[in-house]
Order: sequence, then C-alpha cells, then structure tokens
Amino acid sequence: MGLLEVRNLTLKLDGKRILNNLNVDFWEGHVHAVVGPNGAGKSSLASVIMGLSGYRDFEGDVLFDGKSVKDLSLDERAKLGMTMAWQEPARYEGLKVRDFIKASAKEKSDEAIRSVLSDAGLEDGDYINRAVDKTLSGGERKKVELASILAMKPRLAFLDEPDSGIDVESLERIFDAVQTLKSSGSTVILITHSPTVLRQAEHAFLLCCGELMAKGVVDKIDGYFTDQCLPCDHKNVPDKEGIGEL
Amino acid sequence: MSIKQSDVEALYARTESGSGVLRDPGVAHLTVNHNKILSSHTLEGLEVDAKEIEDGVDVRLVLRRGVRIAKTVHMCFGMTASEGVQRIKMRVELEENSGIAVLAHCVFPNAVDVEHIMDAVIEIGEGARYFYLEKHVHGERGGVKVYPKAAVRLAKAAEFKTEFELLHGKVGLIDVDYETTCEAESLMDVTARINGIEDDVIKISETGHLVGESARGALTSKIAVSGRAKAEVRNKLTASAAHARGHVDCKEIVRDQATATAVPIVEVSHPKAHVTHEAAIGSVDTKQLETLMSRGLDEDEASDLIIQGLLS
Repeated sequence: MGLLEVRNLTLKLDGKRILNNLNVDFWEGHVHAVVGPNGAGKSSLASVIMGLSGYRDFEGDVLFDGKSVKDLSLDERAKLGMTMAWQEPARYEGLKVRDFIKASAKEKSDEAIRSVLSDAGLEDGDYINRAVDKTLSGGERKKVELASILAMKPRLAFLDEPDSGIDVESLERIFDAVQTLKSSGSTVILITHSPTVLRQAEHAFLLCCGELMAKGVVDKIDGYFTDQCLPCDHKNVPDKEGIGEL
Repeated sequence: MSIKQSDVEALYARTESGSGVLRDPGVAHLTVNHNKILSSHTLEGLEVDAKEIEDGVDVRLVLRRGVRIAKTVHMCFGMTASEGVQRIKMRVELEENSGIAVLAHCVFPNAVDVEHIMDAVIEIGEGARYFYLEKHVHGERGGVKVYPKAAVRLAKAAEFKTEFELLHGKVGLIDVDYETTCEAESLMDVTARINGIEDDVIKISETGHLVGESARGALTSKIAVSGRAKAEVRNKLTASAAHARGHVDCKEIVRDQATATAVPIVEVSHPKAHVTHEAAIGSVDTKQLETLMSRGLDEDEASDLIIQGLLS
C-alpha cells in the first residue's frame, strides 16, 4: 500500500478526457517521477491530487494514508502533509520571503529560514528580506518556493518541473534538496519531461494522453526519452478532422 | 513646553514607536490632542510655530536653508475623546537644500463621532527633500471621518516622498485630496495604503502636475476592502514639459461584498513627456492563494497574508 493511492481516476475538463482511469501508488519515503509529453496529464494529476480549484470534479478516488481526501479542501490536505511546488511560482507584491516561508515553516526562526534558503541554493544575498515579487527572477522564486517546502517538512511533495528556469549550476542544489526531503522521510513526486530530473527518482510513471503507459524503475522508463516515445498509440496526434486542408 | 506624560502616552499607546522616542533630545516633535498642544521640541534650523485654535491647531513649520535634520521628526495629531472635530492647519516651508523626514501619527482610539480635517500647504525649496509618512491608528468602531488635503509645490530638483497608511483599526470615512506640482528635475512619490473593512468608505484623489523639464512623479494606491466597504481611487497625472516622466499605479483587492473603482487619468501635453498607468482590481489571485493553502493556511489566513504583503 502506498502513502498516496490513485484509484480509477478519470478527469474531464470542458468535456475532454484529461486523465483516463488512472491507478497509481506512490510509496512513502521514495522519490517518484511522473513523465510524459506535453498534454499527457502530469500536472493535471498533481492538481487533482492536491484538490486545486477546477480539478475537484472527477471520477475515482485519491487516498492518503489509506483514507480518501476527495472531500478535503486544499489546506486540509496540506495539513495532512501534502504540498506542491508550481512549475511557475506565484509572485506576491510586497510579501517578504521571510513571511512567505514562515507561513508554513515548522521552525520559524530567521536562522531556520536562512538554512532552508541555503539548502534551496539561496545562501548568498539578503533573500530573507526581499519580496517574493517581480524583483526575483523566475528561478529565484522557484528556489524560494522549494525552501518553503523544505521548511514545511511535508510527508508528500509534488515538484512540478523543478528544473524549469533553473541554471545548470543550481540544478545540483535542487537535486540535493530533493534528497534532503527524501532523507527526512518525505515522499517526493517529480513532474518532468527532463531525463536529468527523471534520474533523481527511483520509480517512474509514464503518462500519455491521460493514460498510464508504463511504470517501473527509472532505467525502464528512461527509454521513453532515448526512443523518443515508448510504444503507445500516439494518441497525441490530432484528429484528422481538426487539421483541415493543407 | 512640559510634556503632559499621561496624555501623550494615551495617544502613542497604539503606535509602533511609543512615546519613548520623544525623550531623545535629538528628535524634534509635536504632540496634539484635539486642540491642545501636549508637547513640542524643536532643533536648530527647524522652526515650529504651533497655535491652538478653537477646534484644532494652526502649525507653521519652517526648515531653514541647508539644514538637514538627522533624525525623523515625530508628530502626533490625535483625539482621545470620542466626539469632536479636529482641524489641523499646516503650512510647511522647506528652504533651499534642506531636508527632513517626518513621521506623523494620527490616532483616534475611542472615536465614535470624530472629524479630522487636515489642510496643508507645503512648499519644498530648490534641492530640498521632504519625506512625510502619515500613519493612522483608528479604534475598532470606526467613528472617524478623515479629510486630509494638501497642496504641494516642488521647486527645481526638490524631492517629495509621502506615504499615507491606514492599516490598523476601522477606517470609517477617509477622503484624501492631494495635489502636487513639480517643477524642473523634481521628484514626487505619493503612496496610499489603506485597508477597509465592514462599511468603511475610502476616497482617494491624488493629482500630480509635472510642469518642469525632467520632472518625475509616481502616484500609487494600494487598497484592500472587505465586508461592504467601498473604495474609489481617482489619480491624475499630467505632464507638460520635456522629458517629464510619470506613472500612476492602482492596485485594489476586493473581498466579500466590497466594491472598488479606479480611475487613473494621464494627460500629456508635451511630445517629449511620457506618463504610464496601470490599475488592477480583483479578488485575491487564485495561484497566490492556492500556493499558501497548499502550505496549510486556510483561505482567510492566506488572503490576509497576501493583503498584508500588498499593503506593506
């Protein structure tokens, strides 16, 4: 039994099937990856599991610690220890990094906050007193968001495209932070289409067109990248009716 | 003048600075309760002529040429009584190349039916710098009507930065009316930050005229309203000289049944002048909210933190 279990999950948005009868288990204390092409449903899966607005009407169930979280609000799920880092983090005019991190931190001292900022690759500069706004680059905000997750010490964390906007030098720090989360007992789910990120995981799930095409150890799923795509019906090809005349 | 300590402390009790700062001989100050001057202290080069009038005070502040006051000057205009009118007539003159920063607290902790009327004329001389932060501290009942009005003129290369802040207690009614004229190379930066709740009414009218070459100005309003509060922001910036640059910025967050309007007006009458504006009114951003909720804050806690940031 996994810490997080997805059962017969089907999601439709505007009449279009986004996720189709998914069954996935994420084990406690492991690093997982969910990979697949654009539009595969990776972020939608995370959104449903977290209970984001627009993703609460679905078929099937999501179990955390064996109990359904389907009827829980986003913050109630977070209080159970579930959290998420967005691919493109939000900006907050005027809100200091200190207050942003402190809001979820188990340890709220400046020292503890500086420590998680350092773990996320922001040890230089007076980041704690800066605002989480447009004065930070996208990559810096991504690190601040990661720091807030480190501070929260969650039981399960989705990291959506953790490498997007991150320079090569910082990527190793991000990966270190993933291992820090794992070593403290957290389950980490990396949503990615990067083979480099995939290799940080122990287990992976390949989605295509909302369906689970393959799962297993990373080496097995890695073939998706080397072979361009694992055999599937290439459901991403648009309907001929929608193409029009050439 | 001797300090009537208990009255002064009653006014400063809800401020973040407290009355202790007034004991510093390097800090000039003026403390007024209704129409009574409780304390005042001035420094060389800073002349403060304050007179009690029937329903308030008449103050003339002159900063002599070249004088730069090192420490922030503290002013407090408040009323501990629950009813009455307080009228502040203020004339501020900063002579050439002088500089001063003023923190003014306006404190109405017990107001049930209080009117606070501020009518200021401010002249900032060539190369002078005037920083004025006005912090309002109201009680929970909101029985205050506040009418701050100022006419400001900046001479060449003068600098005027002012912030109006009403974040604690209930607003009641506030009707801000500032008009600033900026001559060549001067700089104006006017900001209002107000949090309205329940049936508060917020009206802001800020006008800036960039009349001198290379004058620069910004009018910024950051408002949050909830309950049935209403906010109306009318900011106008005109530019009529070469290389004048300005920006009008209004952000309002609306919750519950509150309403907000924003009318930014920009008027440019010189081909080499440039003025921009932006206005954003809406509920708390969903992504901001959901990020914080995914850290365990409930919706109200997350909204409050976002608004706290916006108004900071």
